[in-house]
Amino acid sequence: MTDPVLHLDDIVKTFPGVRALDGVSFSVMPGEVHALMGENGAGKSTLMKVLGGIYQPDGGSIHVGKERVTMAGPLEAKAKGIVFIHQELSLAEELSVAENIYLGELPRKSFGRVDWHRLAEQTNLILQKLNVGFDATTRVGDLSIANQQMVEIARALTVDAKAVIFDEPTASLTDAEKVVLFDVISDLQKEGVGIIYISHRMEEIFKITDRISILRDGQYQGTVNTAETHEEAVTQMMIGRKLDLSRNETHHELGDVALEVRGLSCGKLYEDISFEVRRGEVVGFYGLVGAGRTEIAETLFGLRDPSAGQILLDGEEVRITSPNDAIARGISLVPEDRKGQGLVLGMNCRDNMTLPQVQDLTSGPFVAEGAEVAIFDQYRDRLDIRTPGWKQLVGNLSGGNQQKIVIGKWLSMHPNVLIVDEPTRGIDVGSKSEIHKLLRELAAQGYAVMVISSEMPEVLHVADRIVAMYSGRIMRTFTSEEVTEDSLIQAISGLGGHEAA
Amino acid sequence: MATLTKQQIGTVLAKQGILIAFAVFMVAFTLANPKFISIDNLFSVVRSSAILGVMALGVTFVVISGNLDLSVGSMMSFSTIVVLDLHDKIGPALAIPAMFAMTLCLGAFIGFLVGYLRLNSLIVTLGMLSAIHGLTLTYSGGQNMDIADKEGTWFSVFGQGSALGIPVPILIFVALAAFLGIMLAKTPFGRKVYAVGGNGTAATFSGIRRARTVFACYIISAFCVATAGLIQASRSLGSQNTVGQGLELEVLAAVILGGASLLGGSGAIFKTVIGVLILGFIQNGLLLIGLQFYVQFVVTWVIIILAVWLDIAAKRGKLWSPIA
Repeated sequence: MTDPVLHLDDIVKTFPGVRALDGVSFSVMPGEVHALMGENGAGKSTLMKVLGGIYQPDGGSIHVGKERVTMAGPLEAKAKGIVFIHQELSLAEELSVAENIYLGELPRKSFGRVDWHRLAEQTNLILQKLNVGFDATTRVGDLSIANQQMVEIARALTVDAKAVIFDEPTASLTDAEKVVLFDVISDLQKEGVGIIYISHRMEEIFKITDRISILRDGQYQGTVNTAETHEEAVTQMMIGRKLDLSRNETHHELGDVALEVRGLSCGKLYEDISFEVRRGEVVGFYGLVGAGRTEIAETLFGLRDPSAGQILLDGEEVRITSPNDAIARGISLVPEDRKGQGLVLGMNCRDNMTLPQVQDLTSGPFVAEGAEVAIFDQYRDRLDIRTPGWKQLVGNLSGGNQQKIVIGKWLSMHPNVLIVDEPTRGIDVGSKSEIHKLLRELAAQGYAVMVISSEMPEVLHVADRIVAMYSGRIMRTFTSEEVTEDSLIQAISGLGGHEAA
Repeated sequence: MATLTKQQIGTVLAKQGILIAFAVFMVAFTLANPKFISIDNLFSVVRSSAILGVMALGVTFVVISGNLDLSVGSMMSFSTIVVLDLHDKIGPALAIPAMFAMTLCLGAFIGFLVGYLRLNSLIVTLGMLSAIHGLTLTYSGGQNMDIADKEGTWFSVFGQGSALGIPVPILIFVALAAFLGIMLAKTPFGRKVYAVGGNGTAATFSGIRRARTVFACYIISAFCVATAGLIQASRSLGSQNTVGQGLELEVLAAVILGGASLLGGSGAIFKTVIGVLILGFIQNGLLLIGLQFYVQFVVTWVIIILAVWLDIAAKRGKLWSPIA
């Protein structure tokens, strides 16, 4: 029996009024990929901050190898071989790959000049290990997100890493890019590095991890061997109840066509797009990042001008010139980037929710705050938004609750057409299934719903029909009865898809 | 808990730093010169702060919308010179609306550049600071402007008059503060200003016309500047071309002291009023302990730095950056 590379024992961390971590223990063996799972707010981030020296634990101990350590700060953690690959990248775009990797510790020659030659050599050595298609002198800003992540990983490899922590590494990667990432992880594994892998995505967890440790409400729920468990068991440990993972089989009575698009094009972003959405129907748009789905949504919401084609609302041709115009015509868009596009984080819950209609919610010249609170209360109850009250700043809520605020904001506009773009990105399993259920309910109530998603289980689960897109074109449209995972993957990869309206 | 940790002290200091510093300052200055706290002196501080205060009200809108306005000082010189000049040419009843119209045009121009063309507000208004100064000098031919008949005009009421024993400049400041305070806190427009400054993209995605909102903020700022110019002209009935020079920084200091973030999205009119008063008391106190008037330029800068520092420190919960 080998010793763990990293061992956390009975870690306790309290904040005023909250016991964020309550006796959490777990260990990572050399060469092991160890998943850390839990809903948002379960304590994963706090645990990682304790490990990274950003928070000091109130109880318990951390051991690296056999040595008991105190992490005074991020630099000390790194020096001890604990390396973090963060979800949000922290790279200088204008600098080269090599400069980014050795930032702060560039090799020097006499008079403090940088030894470019040695720098490039050292860097290329590491890049070779990672087997990437760029070299030391490439400007980081020219790299794809996936390759930028590789640079982060390369940075981690400059120290003698004992444990590497990946925090939601695949959040912005395409499927092909994920494969490369997983290769790198398996290389690290072979070298005996312990990996902590934090992710909400079950498929990945089951594909690459050896063991899974689960947190719920700051409490350690247990560790299971990945091979001996299954998704439902893990979910149950995470949320304490069962999760419905089946595909959508119900259909609601379809009403009239609410939205029809004919031959819509926008330069090279997407071309010749035709589809319709009926009331009572959820149409899923599935494809890789960059397939043009978000751009279609933005066009329908008046943020982009189409170069050709028609948009018909309730059978009448319209030109949508601005978001304001789109809102007036009954189109709502829950945007892809919750924090960047959906919310004003420094504003309270109520004000965020009523923002699109604040001009109309008046009594005399003033905002009718009573009416606003009524709207907030209504959607808080309907969507089960958990917040101490409407005065809470949205920035203090968890991702799932933030997303519900955005959805509530647009539902309260009573739209004819509701477009949701990546509705469950980065939110926990429990909230995810609630949002899926909600989308189905909305269709039942007669809304016409467009769901754009990069997650196959999601489109399978919510959509009545699935539009598969590849490189700006519609490859094929499936009904939920005829769709199979294989045919869907083929269609979005541009293989063997047939043009179909 | 009897003992506070070092970190807790840091947080309290960072959050309440301005008020604590202000309290210490008031006590120290009262000890140095008991006249400091007299009713007469308090009144004089408020009166002399009115012009600055009126300008700060407008700049509060601009700052909350996520922009800057450094042109208010030279724009105030412009308003003052124009209204004094027109006073003798077309009479005060026409001169006042004409001056307001011209000042609002300048505000509209800035609002167009920053709002609709989306140019950086620092560059635009810094440039306008210089351009409007040039415009004023061209208009006046470099001469000081004086009203011919200083005794016989009712125009002096805005700067020198009083009602119910309260000087008119203070009345104007209070009335405008109440009006704009309610506008910012209670109307849909005010809500949009916060949204645009807090997250412009999200505001756009909520159907708010961002350009129009920013444009309106600069119009409000120009209106406040015109009002300040009116008070200034009426008080002195004659003026140099440079009367408003440097005021832009004092105005900004007052707004930041009040707690508006330069990143946009936060701040309030009543907070700005507190900022104006703090600044006024500090400048007055320095004079009373016998420092030269010119020291206040340095002090203003120190206050800006202090206020910005404490604002950032309160956000990160520490006085020192852990990274730097």
